[in-house]
Amino acid sequence: MPTVHFTDAEGAVRDVQGNPGDSVMETAVRNGVPGIVAECGGSLSCATCHVFVREDCLSQLPPMADMEDEMLYGTAVDREDNSRLSCQLRLTDELELFVTTPETQV
Amino acid sequence: MVTHLAAAEQTATEHVPATQTAAGAATQPESPTRTGLLIIGASQSGVQLAVSLRALGFDEHITLLGDEDHRPYQRPALSKEFLQGTVESESLIFRSNEYWAEHNVDLVKGEYIVRIDKEADGSGVAHSSSGKQFPFKRLALTVGARARKLEIEGGDLDGVLYLRNADDALALKARVGDAQDVVVIGGGFIGLEAASSLQKMGKNVTVLEFGPRLVGRAVGEETADYFLQAHRSRGLDIRLNTSATRFTAGAGGADDGGAVAGVELQDGTVLPAQIVLVGIGVIPNTQLAEQLGLSVDNGIVVDRFALASDGTTVAIGDCANMPNPVPGSAPGERIRLESVNNAIEHAKVAAYSLTGRREEYAGIPWFWSNQADLKLQIAGLCNGYDQTVLRRDEERGKFSVLYYRQGQIIAADCVNAPLDFMAVKNALAKGQNIPAEAAADPATPLKTITTDS
Repeated sequence: MPTVHFTDAEGAVRDVQGNPGDSVMETAVRNGVPGIVAECGGSLSCATCHVFVREDCLSQLPPMADMEDEMLYGTAVDREDNSRLSCQLRLTDELELFVTTPETQV
Repeated sequence: MVTHLAAAEQTATEHVPATQTAAGAATQPESPTRTGLLIIGASQSGVQLAVSLRALGFDEHITLLGDEDHRPYQRPALSKEFLQGTVESESLIFRSNEYWAEHNVDLVKGEYIVRIDKEADGSGVAHSSSGKQFPFKRLALTVGARARKLEIEGGDLDGVLYLRNADDALALKARVGDAQDVVVIGGGFIGLEAASSLQKMGKNVTVLEFGPRLVGRAVGEETADYFLQAHRSRGLDIRLNTSATRFTAGAGGADDGGAVAGVELQDGTVLPAQIVLVGIGVIPNTQLAEQLGLSVDNGIVVDRFALASDGTTVAIGDCANMPNPVPGSAPGERIRLESVNNAIEHAKVAAYSLTGRREEYAGIPWFWSNQADLKLQIAGLCNGYDQTVLRRDEERGKFSVLYYRQGQIIAADCVNAPLDFMAVKNALAKGQNIPAEAAADPATPLKTITTDS
């Protein structure tokens, strides 16, 4: 089962198991991970599901499309090289993903 | 493969309070447990209210009650991804059952509240159409809005559909396979989103708009024109200033259970239609508020802290008429917003209110609508603008309209232009300006010319 380890801005860690095919955002929201807001429900409209992906996990993820890239310029906490929108990250069978949520999403 | 939303929900009622009594029992029903907060309406604002209250440390029991037979789900995809079959119904569910259980929130599905008895201290008992009682200490009305019905001849024919909730979407999906011709009535967001989806699914779609332009209430003229041209160039048949006079039945006729077969226009033309989808706006659900004697005027009238006229009941989201929260709006101006963003932000205000804090509405209203490959994002409210600036990049398919009032930016409609949207939304949130002269060049990033006004 895929697992996502969410670390918040204060360093608290929450490990959540998800279903293959679901997005990291859905997995977070359904389980009430507080650092992910996701107002638009994953339609790539709000940039409130921003995460920082641990560097060694980046290569496991799908490449970034232009729209995600542009949306990342509007996040509440400025983007970094390892920024992604978690609605665009789909869980795969054996994925083990480490992400940090920003201090605020809005 | 489409699964019925109800199919996976058999476990969701296990936390229903013990309110049931034996059917037909002549004795007084056993007194059910009183909940700390009864939230009537289990959609976006009701869900957010429960979640925000828990985040604020509200520790009383919460009952989140809805009249649909589904776990709380997200509506926006119903006209888009869900209709097209690109997302599973499970993806629309807001929170897992475990989340609600862990947070001491009882979900009650399929109960329609018909009457509420309320005391001056804000407590009371809600009565459902099935005869159940839901006693509460405090009450929240997150009752939303319902689709406005088109009352014309043939309006109740089989195949004349609306799109507001999951059951509506399931009914539409169930018919779509056999239909070739669809007439969409109403050129607003719902109509255009659904029309784009149905066109993508291979249907022959015609959109009838009663008014002289699309999305009349929500965007300015330039944006409306842009969408008209964009949709027409993508093959959508859009007819402005056009209304249906009646729906005609197919073989067998209306009296014989015949389904809709056509839509007759003012000039006598009859468009073939095996599905008619009506999207002509919504009406806020104020029946309970009226029965409670609350002040109602285009929605349930609330103050800045989401409190209704009794001073104890909170009302939020689509059903609430609130003081316009946008900085710089005219004193006393009121507004009722129908959006996900408002449902969320208004719920936060109410959550503070219910925990004894007075916090103003935060953030700038924003909206989105995805139609075919057109991604519209709106920041702010353009009411009262006196100047627009167009930013158009034909090559990259980007289009933005910035709205100004006395030189100050107040809103923007952005199509496939998230950078513009984000820049305007952030500027509005910080009380900044984006001077009109400098904004006209679409090659200039708005973020670079934003100034403290």
